[in-house]
Amino acid sequence: MMDTVIEGLEALGTTAPHSLMPSVLAATGLADGYVRVPGPSGDLFVAFSPDGVSWIAPAGNGAEFEAAFRHHVGRDIVPVATFPPKWQRSLDRALQTGRLGSLPVDLRSVSPFQAEVLRAITAIPPGEVRPYAWVARQVGRPGAVRAVGTAMAKNPVPVVVPCHRVIRSDGTVGNYAYGPEMKRALLTAEGLDVTEMEAEAVAGHRLTGSDTTHIYCYPSCHHARRVTDKHRVWFHDAAQASAAGYRPCKRCLPLEAAA
Amino acid sequence: MTAVMDADTRDSEMINLLVAGVDDAFPALVRAFEDGVFSGLLRMVGNRADAEDLAQETFTRAYRSLRDFPPERIRALRIRGWLWTIAVNLARNRARTTSRKPPPLELTVPPVASALGPEDAALITEAEREWHRRLAALRPAQRTAVVLRHVVGLSYEEIAEATERPSGTVKADVHRGLAGLRAILDEEER
Repeated sequence: MMDTVIEGLEALGTTAPHSLMPSVLAATGLADGYVRVPGPSGDLFVAFSPDGVSWIAPAGNGAEFEAAFRHHVGRDIVPVATFPPKWQRSLDRALQTGRLGSLPVDLRSVSPFQAEVLRAITAIPPGEVRPYAWVARQVGRPGAVRAVGTAMAKNPVPVVVPCHRVIRSDGTVGNYAYGPEMKRALLTAEGLDVTEMEAEAVAGHRLTGSDTTHIYCYPSCHHARRVTDKHRVWFHDAAQASAAGYRPCKRCLPLEAAA
Repeated sequence: MTAVMDADTRDSEMINLLVAGVDDAFPALVRAFEDGVFSGLLRMVGNRADAEDLAQETFTRAYRSLRDFPPERIRALRIRGWLWTIAVNLARNRARTTSRKPPPLELTVPPVASALGPEDAALITEAEREWHRRLAALRPAQRTAVVLRHVVGLSYEEIAEATERPSGTVKADVHRGLAGLRAILDEEER
């Protein structure tokens, strides 16, 4: 009879679930973990380290994503069943609102300057865009426009750090690490009429103002979008706007003409 | 006896690897002990979700400790007994905080296929459920001792280390636990 008990107990040995090892590696930081989540324009793979979200890419082939991560970040990565619960709300909110909010991001894979640039662009509101040169000025390096472009290209956490909201100074959408179509889709999902914006830009309309306030803005600025057609004026550049007696908007902070 | 010697050999090899570098050795440590740690926790807590969660926490805490241990401390480790010290404490704390809540629903059909594939469907057989019920009827100390001895296969010394009790007490707990299970089985056959 005692043998029955012991045999019964010994038969209770089983194997650990396949998800245990990856979740341990992710929790210890020996590897980053990643999950698939719905994004504003298609599913995303979202990777995380103990410090925060470390890599984001459009969801596709898992093996390719892992290879790209190892190559660019230099750490191991494993798929896991769940995103860390302590950050889940912040992630949901960031993806829904287009604002980073309280979601921590791990920017160790880029240089300190690039991290500073990426922090600066989180101030661009959803549905609005700013030129590369604007970002360069915001970080106090007005001459570093190309370096800003590089920082955008190296953004490890697109969508939540909105490099899709940084466009060319001529008002066209420009490049995107995952293709200009994704950049357009993200901006469209935020309520920006990209086609109209580019049409105006091609016509030389890069800044807009109101003849009642004599303030000029970037066309996507929340203030600029409230101006009625009757009062709207267009400018090619800041020099033209200031010559007409207009001052820059204090919200979207358009670049001013060189002195 | 062979089982004990195998465990000792495995321990000393693992310890050499850990002394050489915790980060490189740790995945191998998880691989070597995850089945035992998960099995034991599953039989103690009675459901896979909590068992997996506790197993993850056990290894995560073990890693953090190993990172802080000087080499001589790592050399002195008996890995299984030490791992189970962490696991037993976590399981005990979990039981305390969840005793007022109803137990989580155990899935009897596979959940929606996850990214990790269907093999991890949290299925528990009827026979396992019966054993969980029998084990749950034991006193906690006896349940822990019986599971560690006869499901996980720890020695009395390892169980004594894991539960921070004298090995004589552990031996008595195992015997009383087995007697309790036998009485439950006898009752079931009537």
